[in-house]
Amino acid sequence: MNVGQRVRRTDAVAKTTGAARYVDDLSRDGMLYGACVRSPVQRGRILRIEFADDFDWRGITIVRASDIPGENVVKLLIDDQPVLAERELRHLHEPVCLLAAEDPYRLDAAVKKTKVVCEEKTPVHDIDASLAARTKIHGDDNIFKEIHIDKGNVAAVFADSRMTIEETFEVGPQEQLYIEPQGMLAEITDDGVVTVTGSLQCPYYVHRALKAVFGIDDDKKVRVIQAETGGGFGGKEEYPSLIAAHAALLALKSGRPVKMIYDRAEDMAATTKRHPGELVYRGAFAKDGELLAVDIDICLDGGAYCTLSPVVLSRCVLHALSAYRCANVKIRGRVVATHSPPNGAFRGFGAPQSIFACELFLDLAARELGISPIEIRRRNHLLPGDSTTTGQILDVGVSAQEVLEKAAAAADYEKKWNAYRNAPRLPDRPWRGIGLSLFAHGNGFTGSGEKKLAGRATVRLSLRPDLPTGVGAVVLSSSAEIGQGVRTIFAQIAADALGLPLAAIDVLSPDTAEVPDSGPTVASRTCMIVGGLVEKAARSIVKAVRIDPESSFFESLADYIQKHGVAEATETYVSPKNVEWDEDTYRGAAYPAFGWACDIVEVEVDPRTLEAKIVDVVTCQDVGRAIHPLIVEGQIEGGTVQALGYAAFEEVVIQDGAMFNNRLSQYIIPTAVDVPDVRVILHENAYAGGPFGAKGIGEMPIDGGAPAYVAAVCQATGFDFRELPLTPERIAERLVGNVVDTRGGDR
Amino acid sequence: MKIKFRVNGVDFEKDVRPLRRLLDILRIDLGLVGTKEGCAEGECGACSVIVDGDLVCSCLIPAVQIDGADIKTIEGIAAEKGIAADLLTCMADSGAAQCGICTPGFVMAGMDWLNRGSACDDVRDRRDEVRRAVAGNLCRCTGYVKIIDGIAAAAAKCAARKRAD
Repeated sequence: MNVGQRVRRTDAVAKTTGAARYVDDLSRDGMLYGACVRSPVQRGRILRIEFADDFDWRGITIVRASDIPGENVVKLLIDDQPVLAERELRHLHEPVCLLAAEDPYRLDAAVKKTKVVCEEKTPVHDIDASLAARTKIHGDDNIFKEIHIDKGNVAAVFADSRMTIEETFEVGPQEQLYIEPQGMLAEITDDGVVTVTGSLQCPYYVHRALKAVFGIDDDKKVRVIQAETGGGFGGKEEYPSLIAAHAALLALKSGRPVKMIYDRAEDMAATTKRHPGELVYRGAFAKDGELLAVDIDICLDGGAYCTLSPVVLSRCVLHALSAYRCANVKIRGRVVATHSPPNGAFRGFGAPQSIFACELFLDLAARELGISPIEIRRRNHLLPGDSTTTGQILDVGVSAQEVLEKAAAAADYEKKWNAYRNAPRLPDRPWRGIGLSLFAHGNGFTGSGEKKLAGRATVRLSLRPDLPTGVGAVVLSSSAEIGQGVRTIFAQIAADALGLPLAAIDVLSPDTAEVPDSGPTVASRTCMIVGGLVEKAARSIVKAVRIDPESSFFESLADYIQKHGVAEATETYVSPKNVEWDEDTYRGAAYPAFGWACDIVEVEVDPRTLEAKIVDVVTCQDVGRAIHPLIVEGQIEGGTVQALGYAAFEEVVIQDGAMFNNRLSQYIIPTAVDVPDVRVILHENAYAGGPFGAKGIGEMPIDGGAPAYVAAVCQATGFDFRELPLTPERIAERLVGNVVDTRGGDR
Repeated sequence: MKIKFRVNGVDFEKDVRPLRRLLDILRIDLGLVGTKEGCAEGECGACSVIVDGDLVCSCLIPAVQIDGADIKTIEGIAAEKGIAADLLTCMADSGAAQCGICTPGFVMAGMDWLNRGSACDDVRDRRDEVRRAVAGNLCRCTGYVKIIDGIAAAAAKCAARKRAD
């Protein structure tokens, strides 16, 4: 049995020895390097592109919008984003034209010698300006998407309530900071196939985008191959379509393979970020802490083009009260356009933003009510049989109580919270604080998304006389290994479903010429949904092949292949029954399954330097069943540290709408000395609809660390913070010049 | 300019621009692509190599500085036996690599720490020392726990072997 075991990852040796090949490790004969010339202004109109007279342009390939054979559009949700700007410039760093050269030094020089001459216009800087809609970027009101949830009778309850509280929260952007920058290698093969190999999460998104850019109808005339990918976190969900189009256009124009690798500064400045925004929570509470009604207003900044903003908003809204029960809920969510590089997918995808606000809101309400933060969670968290904000009735899959109590016990939360609450804040010893967050994460695409995707996975058996059993298997899916261990867990699932050893299983790296479209590698769906398809396909083919219990697997397979030519099964996703979702009213079963988690973060603030040191991090998470406990722990450890980065270190400084501090020396992500070991407790509440009981894992770990950290700093310092990031500078700004309550006893 | 240098025990002579980065000499001129580029400003450590016994960021080392130098890269470490092989085995087993792009750099940092002798002195918990030794390497996937596990396990293995001898 491989599922549940800490087997060595199938790619461990290649990665530790430096043998794994990422796109920048690849080259082709006659290869050129490609670069993008970008808008120098935040908003404007292109007058002309000037190529300097004092530069030798021989051997430099130039691609402009007019060179695009198909549509000048990045296919995604709506067709608003161009591959290359033609007239209008909507954000700083918007791509205008492309250059390629054999010598990278000459290419750099050529970029500097290209000038985008434009007429500047007054930009829309922020959400308020966007909503005022004096300048229209998108439609009449600059709103990419608006969502409403209305449950029960919020107005009546507020009218009746004595204890109401309203709080406003602000969350900044966050950069995904995959350690491998964006990159693509494009070539047009001799038989005219537009082929790109690169760093990506969703091969079929890129495939669809390239078909449109090149005006190609035949699926076989575009081929997308995933190279080993050095991290994605959503940053390589939709963005790769744009860089792939750029590299491929240069390959077409030059007639040579083109490699385009972003350097870190370009990557940070020009690519997508986590949506920043403002969230207002207003709640009515009973004296014992029960949340009677809640009115939530969310506004996110989507940047200049739509990209995935409607879906980010959707998840943000659906997770606004993720772990809690409330009979009366009113939510308005909007995502708006501004003149900045478009924001996009980043692990959590809207949930970290609303969970941040929700958790701090509950802490503030608890204090008003005179009860503890854990008490208010206990009064309100979901239980089996409860209904969510969309009216979805939950079943035994709810683990809110278990993860809360297990985490609290492991972190000694109640004893510490009481001790720190009553401790005076003295000038010569650390001020301590402990914070807690409780949250859920919906797995898979929302509502009927998975049904629409109709993802597929294939398992193919072959005769392998070189293997002990003589039988080998290949798993074919478009799920991209990006570090999350999909290669290994798919092999484990297939091995157990087929009754073969792990070493007999090959998981093919996605290549659209070879694998079916399983849907994108996003939304915490890879293990639960696609892994489920792999399990079913494996069981299906082994059942079809092994019809004679007397024969060996090898003999049965040989027979089967002789009769049928090939031994494979493809499974297509089918929605579970009784899963109804109304996209217009936002009511029904939003997700087939939810993960549950509780994070507890403890800090020590140095009264002299005001540095907030993270001294303990505990998390208990329910992911159904851990297919590979080491991989699951790794995902939780990594995601939690990313959440701590979002909370304490990572500030995107904006100038002219774009990231100004686009250097690793200026945008700080946690190092090994900035965070302690994350202590992980797994709670396994098996989900019947997932492979071997597994649910999703990818995103939930990043959802709740930020409010737990901020809550801890609030307790330690005696000040309320309602924003992210809560950097050392911001803590200092608040404290310096203010009176610190040395008595304590206030938080 | 002409420079002479040794990489993983093999001698080279090259004619390069004086400011050509060591990272590019390794990856492009010598085809040793195990050393990775993450930031080009010496912050992420993905380009770590060992030059004349010191752990450095190869993206910050110009060609002029490696004339006469003895350089070790991940490819060299991967070919070695003994403590280097232990380190690679321990890191492969501990789950140190998720996406893997930072891993060669961490192997170099771990190797540099293990080379400093005292790392194999005894079998007590060395996690805090390891943590400091890899503070110059950024990882976005792992949260560092299993990287530290792997390097600490290699030290424990080395110490156990030293005691047995």
